[in-house]
Amino acid sequence: MMFIPNFKGYDFFPHNLRLPFMRYKGLALGASFIGMALSLALFFTLGLNYGVDFKGGSMLEVQSTKGPADIGELREKLGKLGIGGVQIQSFGTPTDVLIRIEQQEGGEPAQQVALKKVLDALGTNYQQRRFETVGAAVSSELRWTGFYAVVAGLVAIMAYVWFRFDWQFALGAVVSLMHDVLLTVGVFSLFQLEFDLSIVAALLTILGYSVNDTVVVSDRIRENLRKYKRMELNELLDLSINETLSRTILTGCTAVAVLLALYIFGGEVIRNFNFAMLFGIVVGTYSSIFIGAPLLGYLGVKREWGGGGSSKPATAAAERAKQRAGMVYK
Amino acid sequence: MLTFSRWKQITILAVCLLGLIIVLPSLFPKETVDKWPAWFPRKQLSLGLDLRGGAHLLLAMEVNDVRKDWLDTLRDDARRRLREAKVGVSAVGISNNAVQVRIAKVEDSAAALKALKEMSQQIGNPLFGTTGQDVEVTSSDPSSFAITPSEQGLQQRVINALSAAIETVRRRVDAMGTTEPTIIREGASRILVQVPGLQDTVQLKELIGKTARLSFHEVHPSLSAADAKASRVPPGYKIYQGENKTEADLVLRETPVVRGDELTSANPAFDSRTNEPIIDFGFNNAGARKFGKFTQDHVGQPFAIILDDKIISAPVIREPILGGRGQISGSFTPESSNQLAIQLRSGALPAKLTIIEERTVGPSLGNDSIEAGKVAGIVGGIAVIAMTVFAYGTFGIFAVVGLIVHGLLTVAIMSLLGAALTLPGIAGFVLTIAMAVDANVLIYERIREELRAGKSAIAAIDAGFTRAFITIADSQLTTLACALVMFWLGAGPIRGFAVTLTVGICTSIFAAVTVVRLLIYYWLNSMKRAKGPLTLPV
Repeated sequence: MMFIPNFKGYDFFPHNLRLPFMRYKGLALGASFIGMALSLALFFTLGLNYGVDFKGGSMLEVQSTKGPADIGELREKLGKLGIGGVQIQSFGTPTDVLIRIEQQEGGEPAQQVALKKVLDALGTNYQQRRFETVGAAVSSELRWTGFYAVVAGLVAIMAYVWFRFDWQFALGAVVSLMHDVLLTVGVFSLFQLEFDLSIVAALLTILGYSVNDTVVVSDRIRENLRKYKRMELNELLDLSINETLSRTILTGCTAVAVLLALYIFGGEVIRNFNFAMLFGIVVGTYSSIFIGAPLLGYLGVKREWGGGGSSKPATAAAERAKQRAGMVYK
Repeated sequence: MLTFSRWKQITILAVCLLGLIIVLPSLFPKETVDKWPAWFPRKQLSLGLDLRGGAHLLLAMEVNDVRKDWLDTLRDDARRRLREAKVGVSAVGISNNAVQVRIAKVEDSAAALKALKEMSQQIGNPLFGTTGQDVEVTSSDPSSFAITPSEQGLQQRVINALSAAIETVRRRVDAMGTTEPTIIREGASRILVQVPGLQDTVQLKELIGKTARLSFHEVHPSLSAADAKASRVPPGYKIYQGENKTEADLVLRETPVVRGDELTSANPAFDSRTNEPIIDFGFNNAGARKFGKFTQDHVGQPFAIILDDKIISAPVIREPILGGRGQISGSFTPESSNQLAIQLRSGALPAKLTIIEERTVGPSLGNDSIEAGKVAGIVGGIAVIAMTVFAYGTFGIFAVVGLIVHGLLTVAIMSLLGAALTLPGIAGFVLTIAMAVDANVLIYERIREELRAGKSAIAAIDAGFTRAFITIADSQLTTLACALVMFWLGAGPIRGFAVTLTVGICTSIFAAVTVVRLLIYYWLNSMKRAKGPLTLPV
């Protein structure tokens, strides 16, 4: 190891910091629930801007071979084809255009005819870059498998956390995961960003990241429950969050750095996807601190966990607080 | 304690080396790899169509087509059996998804039932107790019978038709000269076709969009289509429509003289006199015999060539065609005659296939995605390396080595499994990188914590790994549970994501924990040899 220089890393984090997270647990939970409710409301009123995966129809990405694309001209040309609504938007660069053709009446053969019309109208000035057509049957299937995958992921996580920890932890994990998924969906609804299968993959990634975060905090809570058998619960939760805070921030920053690189340089095709991941990871980090642990503060947890540790007597103030909160520890 | 037995060290290093060897071919262009010695691994990481460019088509088979076809066969079969049993028939037809038979004389009832019952065959697997009859023969009154296909029988037919269709589609796609197409069954009645590198799918869609069922029919000697429409179509005959405007509608005998499946060759050609595109075809022996006999008996009369239920031409037989060779002329263009020849050579599809999903990525976009991914990967990678080394010093470098091993092993396992890397797969990979980094962060933060609590360097490292490992295992296993569920349930992109995630979780535990631990063990040993005061560079 002589060829590797010995140098210390920079420990940026003030480790004696004790932020009183639990003091604001009501506020944090309230805000989170309002956020979730707003997202649900958006989902049911504005709805989602489904991509062809979920809505059916066709999507065509073309690139102009002769300088910047003239969207107005294209709109006029394709509008006259009599194939229903045609959406045209520029995509990333001035030469790239995204064309959406709605699902035609008369099923898949009619869709093919409509597509041929569009291709003929585009002529040789445009090069075809990407093309997707999804039929009605497949799109509804995809909607359901996407939904099932997210729900099944949640159930699997809940089962595992329940098995390894306790039901309060499982509930906390699931509520914070639902929070992350709902808020991401809410943002997609608010800005009417296109929601397709890749966004479902992003939601699943967010689930994965957020549960990782939540489990790290839960693990520390469990450890501290063994170590400080008589510490007041809120105090213990605060301690656990603070102890893991340096890790939460560092890991979060690394993940955000990678995703930011993907968002900026990763290309137009996965821009929405990367946006979902970035947003979800920020929200996921928030939720593991401000939802998982506060919920435990309200729900209470069992105190007799196996394993050693000193049984420090709790402070008198903590004892009183415990009685006020009406929590019973056996 | 922090020790590694010799064999353990060797195993860990061997795994890393093996990973590197397996990954090597993926790091070079295919042409370079092809020149490598034969004993060296050459298997490259395959890229999904979204990165590589290509066409993806999902075709659905029309179950109703299969049913209709089966009913036609059953009807012909019923007629034949009753004739052989010498039972006089007054009417045979298809209605209510069943073949309805009415016999002429009630005395023949028992003989007719016996003959028809023979049509029913046992299907399914007796081992699993799933046996059943493919058709059911019932009799409402002594002179009428119904032959009804069972649901199980229909399913069996659809599965058989699907296998046959896959073969046909494969022959048609192969005729286009594309490389390594994937044609597989998906679900109960679907076929997935993936053709890497193909961008213009118009030809492909036209090739597989037609059933191309060809048959040669006898034309009713006197009755015109208009007359038949006005009065009634004689039993055994049917009115067929002409394709385009050039061919008139005709009344044809429903059972063909010869079918397209008796063709042995079909080639595009040009008529020597008119220079029109035509198709040269040849029958097998049985077909040639039947066709020869028919043309001999019907000189001077027209016959009709039917393609997919439409008359494409109805030439007059000038002389008996005995050699089993002939020509089809229609209103072809050179392209369409070529296409039809391919379709005829590859055989008819057993039922119509509808395109229900299509995704095409042009090679330029695929390349752009890969280039963009490379830039993003390099920038993201540098950011992660910089942050880790900045935060954890020398130990941060070890963590970076662990990350590189993680990347190598993930790619190695992916290429061993033959799993394709897709865009969502890259997302899964990014998540596992974040988790691998997280594992190291957990360990190092824990070591710092133990140091602050006053533990010695060695004890802190030891406690750091032991304590952090519980957390790492818990968080990674939870994600693994989630990934497995996704793989089991998910379709397409979700599955690609789940595969990389699963592989990445397994390798990240090895790379971020075991490999880093080994590096720290080596570092400790070198420190011991240097005999200086031991301070942890973390």
